[in-house]
Amino acid sequence: MGWLPEPVERLLEVALVGELTVIGRNGRPVTHPLIPLYDGEKVYLHSSTLFSKKLEHMKRDPHVALALTDPVAMKGNPDRATIQGTARVIEDDPHSDWERLILDLWRKKEPSIDDFLKVRVALPLFFERAVIEITPERCLYWADGRTDRAPVESRAPQSEAA
Amino acid sequence: MTTMRSGAVPAHEPSAADLERLATYSHVVVTWIDDAGYPVSVATPFESDAASGNVTLAGPAGMPIPTDREINILGSHIRPQPGIGYDQRRYLLLWGRTTDGVTFTPTRAWGWDENETPFFEYSERSVPQSRRYLEQLSKEKGRSIRPRLSLFWLALRTTRLPFLSASAVPVLLGTAVAASHGAFTWWTALLTLIGGSFAHLAINVTNDIFDTLSGADEANTTPTQFSGGSRVAVYGLVSIRGLSWLALALFAAAGSIGLLLVAVTGSLTLLWIGLAGILVGVAYTAPPIKLVYRGLGEIAVAVGFGPIMLLGAYVVQTDRLAWEPLLLSLVPGILIALILFVNEIPDRRSDAEAGKRTLPVRLAPDVIRTGYLVAALAAFAVIAGGVVSGVLPWPTLIALVAVPIALRVHQGLKVHYDSPYTLMAVMGTNVNLNLAVGGLLLVAYTLTIAVMLLT
Repeated sequence: MGWLPEPVERLLEVALVGELTVIGRNGRPVTHPLIPLYDGEKVYLHSSTLFSKKLEHMKRDPHVALALTDPVAMKGNPDRATIQGTARVIEDDPHSDWERLILDLWRKKEPSIDDFLKVRVALPLFFERAVIEITPERCLYWADGRTDRAPVESRAPQSEAA
Repeated sequence: MTTMRSGAVPAHEPSAADLERLATYSHVVVTWIDDAGYPVSVATPFESDAASGNVTLAGPAGMPIPTDREINILGSHIRPQPGIGYDQRRYLLLWGRTTDGVTFTPTRAWGWDENETPFFEYSERSVPQSRRYLEQLSKEKGRSIRPRLSLFWLALRTTRLPFLSASAVPVLLGTAVAASHGAFTWWTALLTLIGGSFAHLAINVTNDIFDTLSGADEANTTPTQFSGGSRVAVYGLVSIRGLSWLALALFAAAGSIGLLLVAVTGSLTLLWIGLAGILVGVAYTAPPIKLVYRGLGEIAVAVGFGPIMLLGAYVVQTDRLAWEPLLLSLVPGILIALILFVNEIPDRRSDAEAGKRTLPVRLAPDVIRTGYLVAALAAFAVIAGGVVSGVLPWPTLIALVAVPIALRVHQGLKVHYDSPYTLMAVMGTNVNLNLAVGGLLLVAYTLTIAVMLLT
């Protein structure tokens, strides 16, 4: 099971958009708004091959951060959090891996995805997708989104041991 | 200002407009790489000053923004649609540095706003990235990894099967005219329909091959369901070699049926019509003739889907030429050429880049719109004139009830000429115009045949 603080799990459950940052080729941060999914232990994101530069970056350097900052995208929940972790890109079969791994979680947040999937023929490359699996290692949490106060920090049990 | 393509949208030096745009976001997310080598992000209020080119950040507590490395700030917005998902996506990412942890000076910007660049266009611009990624992934995995579609959808997309209605109309009309002249054999009529369909599909695939090779399809970032080709080669769903084999197979099937019909009817006229059809179809996009690249595509289509298809279907049944089917063939000929004419409008910029000088590339929008109206009304004038001169049976006048559809398309061209996606509805109405007129003419000939059989 996961170790993320319960308020952060609540954010992950409702967030329609989070800000994923990967490390670019020249070492600078590159941030992408993406829909985050959560299975109670790991965070999942996904990317079409159309917008796959971030995947190349993560394969080169798997250190990532996911920020949850926008109350509008989180059903009005004003809390904020940043999760640092290590990403694994699952891309053995971009045609169907993602359907098996994350489609159920995705449609819970964005039911209209089924309508798009029915017309896959119209957007074939959009549905060639890689899954990004993030193992959380460190979490910063700001109650009420108050970043003018220091965050509450927590770490994964194995990170603490390390 | 320097620009470069980074993924789907241009990355560029930030402008005052970027900073004004940033000011519309509720907060920014500031991100840097921490000393442990992980990105770290924190949301913060901000003020954007377009005049100075700086952004003032409210420094987050307990997390000083580093001054010794590059950071980025992101403004992001969506509008949630409960029970559906979200829309109104836009974001703006700025890279730069801060010397005091508060004042941020951006040096590079990148972003997307779906109100400015629709998602479909954004996706099409990113197709080269998808190809590069899959090629690299194939190398890493040691096996070919390509995008896929189910065989049914792939066949439908590759051949552009729904466009078969265009060839069905003239074939059915030619057969109907023959039947009204007392000549009808059901199985040769069926073979004509199948052969004509194979020929049409073969030409569609051939067109895709040459438009891919010329770069016209790749340069087109605003394809629609009616324009921009099948794109199966551009997307990597089918190779050019695969398309070439498919085109050959379809031409072979069409040719075999054509030869069978020639053998059955013993008609050399049919043989010449069939050969002319294949010649026009191939010359439409294939070098060295490339009729559509020379602004002659509409004439080729009008001849191919008009006299060749309709007269060919008539000759299969009667083994002779006649004025009535020739005159009638001008109607679907004109209307199907107008489908091409309108469908070329959203492609005109990419066609121009690829040297495909279609009529919408060559002519001003006003000329195109007026040209459409004149040609569409000419198709109806052919019917009226044919009836008045006694060449066409009077029930064909029923097709004139479709005139308002043509007027609707003309009106739509005035409003939506420059918007590929809103033009889609107009293109659909234009396709329906051909189907409506073709259907009404078939009803007219069915009535004519019924009267003939009853008297």
